[in-house]
Amino acid sequence: MNARRLILIAVPYMWLLALFLVPFLIVLKISLSDTALSIPPYTPTLDLSQGWEGLKAFWAELDFENFIFLTEDDLYWKAYLSSLKIAALSTCITLLVGYPIAYGMARADESWRPTLLMLVILPFWTSFLIRVYAWIGILSGEGYLNQFLMSLGIIGEPLTILNTNTAVYIGIVYTYLPFMILPIYATLEKMDDSLLEAAEDLGCSRISAFWLVTVPLSKSGIIAGCFLVFIPTIGEFVIPSLLGGSQTLMIGKVLWEEFFSNRDWPVASAVAVILLLILVIPIILFQRNEQKQREAEG
Amino acid sequence: MAQATKPQRAKAEAFAPWQDASTRPLIEFRGVTKRFGTFTAIDDISLDIYAKEFFALLGPSGCGKTTLMRMLGGFETPTEGTILLDGQDVAGVPPNRRATNMMFQSYALFPHLDIAENIAFGLRRAKIPKDQIAARVDEMLKLVQLTPYRSRKPHQVSGGQRQRVALARALARAPKLLLLDEPLGALDKKLRQETQFELMDIQEKTGTTFVIVTHDQEEAMTVASRVAVMDHGKLVQVATPDAIYETPNSTYVADFIGDVNIIEGAATPLGEGRYEIHWAEGATPLIGTTDEALATGAKVYLAIRPEKVAISTENPESRANAVPGTVHDIAYLGNISTYHVELANGAIVKAQTANTHRIARRDITWDDPVWLSWTDTAGVVLTR
Repeated sequence: MNARRLILIAVPYMWLLALFLVPFLIVLKISLSDTALSIPPYTPTLDLSQGWEGLKAFWAELDFENFIFLTEDDLYWKAYLSSLKIAALSTCITLLVGYPIAYGMARADESWRPTLLMLVILPFWTSFLIRVYAWIGILSGEGYLNQFLMSLGIIGEPLTILNTNTAVYIGIVYTYLPFMILPIYATLEKMDDSLLEAAEDLGCSRISAFWLVTVPLSKSGIIAGCFLVFIPTIGEFVIPSLLGGSQTLMIGKVLWEEFFSNRDWPVASAVAVILLLILVIPIILFQRNEQKQREAEG
Repeated sequence: MAQATKPQRAKAEAFAPWQDASTRPLIEFRGVTKRFGTFTAIDDISLDIYAKEFFALLGPSGCGKTTLMRMLGGFETPTEGTILLDGQDVAGVPPNRRATNMMFQSYALFPHLDIAENIAFGLRRAKIPKDQIAARVDEMLKLVQLTPYRSRKPHQVSGGQRQRVALARALARAPKLLLLDEPLGALDKKLRQETQFELMDIQEKTGTTFVIVTHDQEEAMTVASRVAVMDHGKLVQVATPDAIYETPNSTYVADFIGDVNIIEGAATPLGEGRYEIHWAEGATPLIGTTDEALATGAKVYLAIRPEKVAISTENPESRANAVPGTVHDIAYLGNISTYHVELANGAIVKAQTANTHRIARRDITWDDPVWLSWTDTAGVVLTR
């Protein structure tokens, strides 16, 4: 391998090393430490001036105490499970909402597609936080939704949506919808229309042609979209803390509270490390799907 | 066609249902017009296609041939007129309920299914018992010689093999009518020629009626029992390949099919269908024949195929037509040479000869004065 290629490969690896692996090792180290009333709020801290002996003492003080603590308090595994459940369910809802939109976009007249694509991306022009706050205004007891429904006479009493899990689902589906639409649209858009005509010619009705041809051919887009929604949703913090109520249990919120309210950095770090380990599985599956798709195309 | 022409192959001698008034056509187009907005793709076409025919729709791109075929498949509906398939009006019958199958130009093979599953796709939709489907798939694989490739995905086989999968898939449901949209367009020339004969074999073996759309006149001539030449949504001529070639009904057809010299002139009748054609000031008039009765001075076009024009260094007195000229260009194609000869009035006439001698012994070269000659029946006198 020549030097030029080595440098080219080294750039992304250095990037990963500096911005992913090193921070992860720091978090891992903190998760193995103990809380302390100091700055930073944990011990031991690495002091290289002590030389070899200092390093050995530092090493001896690290333990898995915080991880054991996570298994003892049922709050944590309940939070993990609840996060997984909320992420899975909202991924399904996002798929159900996103697929028809992506399908409609791909079927639309070619001159319309760039505009439709723009409209899907448009929400990103406003800050995520502001958009979530806007939902508070829509969903609250005196919010626009309740006012609208009451003015139509559909409901007599305002609905309680804000500070419930329903609000969290609405917020997640709304926020992550573009991540579902875009990969599905990409696979549907490059699909050859004559495949559908061929399916019809061979005896399929329109509906069965959709299930037998369109859906299998957009499978890689569906998988990519689902992971792009599922992975960030598990660790989601802003949406459950702004739209969810006290009963909304999500690991992102727990992590934030450990870190900022309890100032227990080691336990917070342990929560983060476990979260990462949970996320590694879907991330690997996602990468596999991408690679399989590339192979099928090549 | 009124003119008795020598059939191209033995089969054609017996097979000519279009000459038999008692045969009921499989497909009848009756005054069919198709408009897309203000554009008229098909302009009042009436056409009969008979069972077991290999019928070619030939024309340049945009002439409406694909639209005509897609109407048979059910992918387009006529704006006016009716299409009968086996005596039944097919208006409103969707593609999945028609006894037709189509082989798409892009082949449209399902990339997520292997070759056997692609062929079985239509059979599965027809609610046929499983063992029968398997038997039919095997039969089809054998027909197109793809049995060893049955579990490969379409992207894992060559273009020629993909073409055969598409053919097998379209034939699997034993349609009354198979529609082929430029079936060989994506293949290279040599493979295309081989596949043309394969297609004819399969058509004969299965006895299916084939309607093929092509812009390649050689392909249409090779495979078809009859050819319909189209232009701007109209049928210009419908006839057997030899009739189309030997007796085109217009300069458009003559020019579209093969190479042709067209000489414009004014006719003077000589009797018995023979006409003198005055084509240039001071030149000896040419002699041509036609069944049509032409008035004196009528504007006509004499169409002569290059291979029917002889080239010589001396004036051959024995032939009805002889014109002097000089060799402007020679196209050497190996087996044949085409001489581009410039006449006194500046017109270029092409003459083709077989290269029976080695090229070193060729006695005619650039800028030589030569004589072009042909018989009185070699050319066709056309009025449009």
